[in-house]
Amino acid sequence: MAFFGTRGSARNRGGAAGFRFFLYALVSIVLMVLDQRLDWLERIRYGLQAITYPVETALNSPVTAWRWIKSDFAARDALEAENQRLRTRVRDLEIRSLRLEAVEAENAALIGLKKALPPVAERWLPADIVNIQFGGLRQRILVDRGARNGVFRNQVVLDDYGVVGQTMHVGPWSAEVLLITDPDHDLPVQIERTGYRTIAVGTGDPQAIALPYLPANADIRVGDVLVTSGLGGVFPSGYPVARVTHVHPGAVQPLARVQAVPFAHLETDREVTLLWFRQSSPAAPLKENGGQLTSGVPAAQPLPAPKPSTPAPMCTPASGGPAPARPAAPAQLPGAHAAVKPKASSPPGGPRKP
Amino acid sequence: MSTSTGGAIFKTALIALILTLLPLPAWLAILRPEFLVLTVLYWSIQAPFAGGIGLGWFSGLLLDAFQGPVLGEHALAVALVAYLGVHEHQRIRTKPLLQQSLMVFAVLVLYEFVLFAVDGWSGHPLTTPLRWVPTATGALLWPAVAALLSRSYRPRT
Repeated sequence: MAFFGTRGSARNRGGAAGFRFFLYALVSIVLMVLDQRLDWLERIRYGLQAITYPVETALNSPVTAWRWIKSDFAARDALEAENQRLRTRVRDLEIRSLRLEAVEAENAALIGLKKALPPVAERWLPADIVNIQFGGLRQRILVDRGARNGVFRNQVVLDDYGVVGQTMHVGPWSAEVLLITDPDHDLPVQIERTGYRTIAVGTGDPQAIALPYLPANADIRVGDVLVTSGLGGVFPSGYPVARVTHVHPGAVQPLARVQAVPFAHLETDREVTLLWFRQSSPAAPLKENGGQLTSGVPAAQPLPAPKPSTPAPMCTPASGGPAPARPAAPAQLPGAHAAVKPKASSPPGGPRKP
Repeated sequence: MSTSTGGAIFKTALIALILTLLPLPAWLAILRPEFLVLTVLYWSIQAPFAGGIGLGWFSGLLLDAFQGPVLGEHALAVALVAYLGVHEHQRIRTKPLLQQSLMVFAVLVLYEFVLFAVDGWSGHPLTTPLRWVPTATGALLWPAVAALLSRSYRPRT
């Protein structure tokens, strides 16, 4: 290193280094602001996903190969047992869904709808988990389906047991999924037993989500089931999320007061399911601005105020419809869920139908 | 010399990136030091005018592409690490390894603090104390990393 010059020139270079650092820092900050505030970096993100996906697939290939070898040499007995187990499960689910159809029809009749509603899920697509990113702190996974498969931002991701999370950055062949246990993720949920709505926040631990916003006297017990509430514009209502495991109303840390363990097998899943929803279904997630949430985590966007009249339309006849509904509201909307749809609450919808 | 150093920098940075992204069990992933940052720091100290701050910035941008919640976050932090390395290279290079490790620890803490601040500012706060673990493991591994990296280009000069 001796030939790097005299002390004087080294000092000059030191000054230049400071200047260059200043420039680079400026560029970084501009990048961060653009990425944070504006949408057009999403195009660059799309390109970046296209570049990083092959690398991550390659890096994960030893794991994939190991699994493949293991499953290839799996004993015949194990396979038969698994087959048996799956067959039992399918039969069980079929029997339950028979009952479900009956219940759905009954429910539709009760809430005054003319015919049974189509199921809220329209299409689904299995996706393999390619990579679990960020080690243990951030809870994100990469799946092998992207925009080429029709995947979009903020799409619902489930596994066989419950809600897994939602897509974030979508590339052409891959998508990043933010798990419900990520500290960034806020999920509007409902306590199934009481119907009380609150927000479940990720803790960074794949075995726990927390309910920090419950009042101290909230009616919640260990064993209560949390389901999605349908608010927030991403998840439709009624999907199982987690079971409450700890209730410590006096805990100092808000995240420690009520904790629940997700139903989804977030740590052991190899495959997840992406869902597309029928927008016409009353159980579909509630959307604002036509679903175009511009920034941030959509689940964290301000929720529309719940209508005080929610239980009222239970007994109104189908023809009348709830009072706040606009004339433009589609005919199939009246019903228990119709009052939750923001038809009357969205200001941008106002001038559209004079 | 500059071409062979450039080649060594490129190769070692690539290996460090692979080590950073390699899927590991959760507990090991928490312990994993920031290999790419250590590599950038090493080259900033040993060859301050070969890679320099640009190397740091582009390495950081790569990290952002793979794992940053915000583009530019790691770019800023690693550029800062490179700047500190370049600016203080004479002071750090002449110290024994133990003292070097302490200095590296300080730099890594600063690096992690930049990430921590940007995370919070951009609305992705990660407040668990576990995020500071890699600074300690990075400083502990510094002598080994420095020894390995010095082998990557010494024989050619």
